[in-house]
Amino acid sequence: MPEPHQPERAIAATGAGGAMDLAASEATSLESPETPGKGPGGPDGTGPSAPARSLWSDAWRDLRRNPVFLVSGLIIVFLVVISLWPSLIATGNPLACDLANAQKGSAPGHPFGFNEQGCDVYTRVVYGARVSVTVGVCATLGVALLGSVLGGLAGFFGGVWDAILSRVTDVFFAIPVVLGGLVLLSVVTSSTVWPVVGFMVLLGWPQISRIARGSVITAKQNDYVQAARALGASNSRMLLRHIAPNAVAPVIVVATIALGTFIALEATLSYLGVGLKPPTVSWGIDISAASLYIRNAPHMLLWPAGALAVTVLAFIMLGDAVRDALDPKLR
Amino acid sequence: MGRYVIRRLLQMIPVFFGATLLIFLMVNVMGDPVAGLCGDRKCDPATAIRLKKEFGLDKPVWQQYATYMGNVFTGDFGTAFNGQKVTELMGAAFPVTIRLTIVAIVFEIVIGISLGVLTGLRRGRPIDTAVLLLTLVVISVPTFVTGLVLQLLLGVQWGVIKPSVSSEAPFDELLVPGLVLASVSLAYVTRLTRTSIAENRRADYVRTAIAKGLPRRRVITRHLLRNSLIPVVTFIGTDVGALMGGAIVTERIFNIHGVGFQLYQGILRQSTQTVVGFVTVLVLVFLLANLIVDLLYAVLDPRIRYA
Repeated sequence: MPEPHQPERAIAATGAGGAMDLAASEATSLESPETPGKGPGGPDGTGPSAPARSLWSDAWRDLRRNPVFLVSGLIIVFLVVISLWPSLIATGNPLACDLANAQKGSAPGHPFGFNEQGCDVYTRVVYGARVSVTVGVCATLGVALLGSVLGGLAGFFGGVWDAILSRVTDVFFAIPVVLGGLVLLSVVTSSTVWPVVGFMVLLGWPQISRIARGSVITAKQNDYVQAARALGASNSRMLLRHIAPNAVAPVIVVATIALGTFIALEATLSYLGVGLKPPTVSWGIDISAASLYIRNAPHMLLWPAGALAVTVLAFIMLGDAVRDALDPKLR
Repeated sequence: MGRYVIRRLLQMIPVFFGATLLIFLMVNVMGDPVAGLCGDRKCDPATAIRLKKEFGLDKPVWQQYATYMGNVFTGDFGTAFNGQKVTELMGAAFPVTIRLTIVAIVFEIVIGISLGVLTGLRRGRPIDTAVLLLTLVVISVPTFVTGLVLQLLLGVQWGVIKPSVSSEAPFDELLVPGLVLASVSLAYVTRLTRTSIAENRRADYVRTAIAKGLPRRRVITRHLLRNSLIPVVTFIGTDVGALMGGAIVTERIFNIHGVGFQLYQGILRQSTQTVVGFVTVLVLVFLLANLIVDLLYAVLDPRIRYA
């Protein structure tokens, strides 16, 4: 009985999920990478004169010429730098506020104006990058690690565990993400980023596990894996040496795009009042606070919202460019 | 076909119970529902014990879940924090959210698929690049920002729409909220249709159709579009459940009293019964929408047969 083709389910979220889904359905046909490519800013791609180019060096060659990749890479490098050293471009203190300046527009030395408590919007926008980047990176690392280990093992061993894992992922897909966030995070009183990150990992891993499972199943049917098995290679050797390097590309693509959506999700949760909490400086918190004054002082909302949008855009564009470079179908 | 539907329905059962159990556990983690009933003051201990007994909260969680599910199957979803039946709340909230979802889905289908076809046929041309960039921007601006900005511009500054929706929520007031709710999915539908069209337009059957001398319009609608729509239909189908559950943000911005509003209230007041009840229905909608999508494949692509 032929099963109908069943693409990955969309993760149910407002403004946040879904991106991973699209990448997944477009990125499952990747094959034979050898060494992981360098991230943005990694200088050494294999030169054009290299005799046998792998998918990764091919992809790197494409990427270096792709303006979308260069622009998004530059933005991301800039974001990482200012989240490590925000004082490089903002000398003020994000928590130093003067109520006398509340809701005022831009003034000399304060290009973005002041927020409802009289804090400098520019300084807060610069310092807000740290939280967003931390949440995005940590949640993505957690999701990618957990999802690819569980999905990879299920795809490799098959059988009962695979069936159970598939049903468990179905269960997670049926629960709207924003709703889960509201329920789980409404009791959290901590003002650190870790509850939010933990929640994202908890509800985000099934997405990656489904992709990892699919790509491991494809990879394990390759002849060289059969050959390794015939030569008596152990399961762990087959998985680590032969399958993992050849199954990792779709996971990387989806994870890059997911990073952007996690940043958007953090802001959405903060807007709903259950994400991060003051005194943490975050774009989501600032947008949420400013939304009450949007009629009188829209600048308080537009600057952090703009920064958020540019950040999410940069990660989604990076994922897009990486997918275009890695997908042989589009060549 | 009949056997396939039955098999799929059976597969839905564990997912349904798993998802409702998961949300049940999450809500139990959320906090003490009795404290929510007493409002802002602290419960007096005797009342708390009586209330616990009344709602069966002194029993272990699995037993509470079993009792709850038993009640749900007889149509009893329990009572909300203000003594109203949860089914009454649902009767008021679901029509509103369903209208909002219909508006959103219509936007996705009409605008998303048209833009996708337009760009897929002109891959690499300026219009393609422009639309592609636009979709990226729409995807990267979170829904609540899109919503707030549109509310500010259209509702407050230009006065085109009312900034908040009245409690009856007729279709015409839901146009802008529906567009906001649909915006991100709209961008995905466009991109998905574009990719699918661009891939299929080089297919043999398209070349054959052109060679037969069919008019371009017929080639595109009957041959190319029909074959390219399968991933798009999947996405839109799964999106039905996502939109209804994800409407919390949109409903909050435009003050729409739908499912998202009730859920938000339920979570704030720690009303277990409201939250679990609404989520149970949402999970059912999600699962049924997926089933319908799978059955639609056979309509779109006769090569797919269900045994």
